[in-house]
Amino acid sequence: MKALKLLAATAALAVVSTAASAATLDDVKKKGFIQCGVTTGLAGFAAPDDKGVWKGFDVDFCRAMSAAIFGDPMKVKFTPTTGKTRFTALASGEIDVLARNTTWTMSRDTDLGFEFVGVNYYDGQGFMIRKSLGVKSATELNGASVCIQTGTTTELNLADYFRTNKMSFTPVVVEDSAEARQNYDKGACDVYTTDRSGLAAQRSVLSEPDAHMVLPEIISKEPLGPLVRHGDNKWGDLARWTLNVLISAEEMGVTQANADSMKTANNPEIKRMLGTEGDLGAMLGLGKDWGYNIIKAVGNYSEVYERNIGPKTPVNLARGVNALWNKGGILYSAPLR
Amino acid sequence: MSKAFVRTEFHPDLPPPASESGPIAWLRHNLFSTWYNSLATFFVLYLAWLVIPPVLDWALFSAVWEANNYKECKAGGTGACWGMIDKRFDLFMYGFYKAEDHWRPNLAIIVFIIAMLPVLFDKLPGRRMCAMFLILGYPAFTVALIRGPIEMSSFNSTMGIALWVVAFVAAAYWGHHNAKKFNAVQSGIGYAIAYIILFIVFIAWGMGLTPTETDTYGGLMLTVMLAGVGIAVALPLGILLALGRRANSMPIVQMLCIGFIEIVRSVPLISVLFMAQFMLPLFMPEGIKFDNVMRALVGFSLFAAAYMAEVVRGGLQAIPKGQFEAADSLGLNFYLNMRLIVLPQALKIVIPGIVSTFIGLFKDTSLVSIIALADLLLVAKQSYTDSNWLGLEHTAYVFIAIIYFCICFSMSRYSMYLEQKLHTGHKR
Repeated sequence: MKALKLLAATAALAVVSTAASAATLDDVKKKGFIQCGVTTGLAGFAAPDDKGVWKGFDVDFCRAMSAAIFGDPMKVKFTPTTGKTRFTALASGEIDVLARNTTWTMSRDTDLGFEFVGVNYYDGQGFMIRKSLGVKSATELNGASVCIQTGTTTELNLADYFRTNKMSFTPVVVEDSAEARQNYDKGACDVYTTDRSGLAAQRSVLSEPDAHMVLPEIISKEPLGPLVRHGDNKWGDLARWTLNVLISAEEMGVTQANADSMKTANNPEIKRMLGTEGDLGAMLGLGKDWGYNIIKAVGNYSEVYERNIGPKTPVNLARGVNALWNKGGILYSAPLR
Repeated sequence: MSKAFVRTEFHPDLPPPASESGPIAWLRHNLFSTWYNSLATFFVLYLAWLVIPPVLDWALFSAVWEANNYKECKAGGTGACWGMIDKRFDLFMYGFYKAEDHWRPNLAIIVFIIAMLPVLFDKLPGRRMCAMFLILGYPAFTVALIRGPIEMSSFNSTMGIALWVVAFVAAAYWGHHNAKKFNAVQSGIGYAIAYIILFIVFIAWGMGLTPTETDTYGGLMLTVMLAGVGIAVALPLGILLALGRRANSMPIVQMLCIGFIEIVRSVPLISVLFMAQFMLPLFMPEGIKFDNVMRALVGFSLFAAAYMAEVVRGGLQAIPKGQFEAADSLGLNFYLNMRLIVLPQALKIVIPGIVSTFIGLFKDTSLVSIIALADLLLVAKQSYTDSNWLGLEHTAYVFIAIIYFCICFSMSRYSMYLEQKLHTGHKR
């Protein structure tokens, strides 16, 4: 099945690679909006609100790109994509950028012909248990019954992890996250495992969220990031540096609120980012104030994070490894120079 | 001397004994006639007692009717969270269609219902006119209403407009000319082309409304649109395909029809949709862009037409050969034969099959959620992934299940009514 998917995607790519390599930025400017692929709905990352306006962590990345190009965060058309349709949609040129909590893997980067522009969220598979079990580490889970979604890499990761640690488990296989949560809530399994971002969101809707905890172990690497097609490096650069501006802004303390006053700050890098010094924008084919527009529109990385998936939101994800490199995390941006 | 007794009046009829009439008798006859019947009755009652109170409790008594997010729902009660449906009602109904344009699909549906009433129930007047409007006028009206003007370059120049006018006049004249000579096929083609030209001009004009983007269509509106267009295309196309499949005198047409029907029927709908969604744009030359909804509509209609063709063919097979021969002996040509003798009988026989196909089609529309069109199902899924409404999948799914049920059930009831009305002595 997987091989078949790869084959289909590469075949698709072979057909379009000639057609779609025209300058995406020019096309985007001409049509007046970016087409951004997002999930059909994932709490905190992308979902339409009550008014039908897309909101979320991945959504804000596309809004940032739109702000960089047009100075307006709303010039984005969101195309919901499913796990099955996301890559063909990008390969066929139906969308310009895919921000759909997609794991950066080697085969996707090379064989499928995409270019990951960076990581906007470091995810990984984790475990949730009842506090009353008294378990403090995943290594104590020998013999536990585990709720897992069928047919996902989650299942394989879990089996590997238990085998490496010479433990056994009873799988309780379920179809989707809602079903998994209900089984876990009713006590049909001791442990619920999935990506930690998903665990946090599901935990907040358990009948008693405080009676449960997420174990510290992370058993897989899931670096999630936006991606573009191979063959248009300029467009890839634009996406990459949009992400870097978000991260750098947090690092330098530039926020949505103080972006205006920071324009005159006594720091050349901030000045370069906000466009009062140098001309970084021109290197991307954008205006001088592209960086300023991004921050003015969506804020810096931390603001985007806190607004959509931070501890104050229902999704309730602590920063963890997604903190800045100088604050105990691994988030790091190349310098804007 | 004995006194003769002659009865002069009848004794009044006694009411039947209590065991043979009234509710008790009904119970005895229907629910407790034998010991196993009684057992089954009690079992079903027990099941109902198990199921109904919790369902009612969930849906009504413990439900939360007003809420701004899932926390308020959780605090308010353990049942359904109808507050979410209330807050997201527009999304469920229209998807991302702009709020100020909601009157457009509403109007389309109201006009449809009003025009449909005389067609469905023949006691109302104006049946013929309404049917004509539904077939000829309504499609263009709805497309124009919902989509608004469609940009077509040929309408930008006087030259282009002149060409359209000339084409229309020529086609209409040719049709009329042939109609006078009783050339049914030629006049049909002429009129059809004239009609198509009118149709295109009308949707290009779009009644002067503001244009809308098809990717904003969603919710129930998209579901009804997909099913509606699917049905409207599938029935006539299905009839043509069925006739084509039986046309022994035209082997090439026959082969094409058989090939189409068999190929489409031997692939799953979801693969047709995938094909339409992802392969089609890859094969298209650059610059030609079909939008997503359009592609799904095309895939959907063709798929339904293949199934409809086989249903209709079933009806055609059931018509005895004598009917065809009788029609021939009356000197009716093929077209009149079909219209007056064969199809009315054949279609009547297959009403249950046709309606089943319609119902199946309506429910199959939910497959488009896999290719990420925001139909009713996907909108429901999105509703509980909004971080305001986490964990409310029960409410969302039950709500759309009720919608699906209402629509499918009424279709099925109407089919039964139609069978009752049309049965003319064949009923067994």
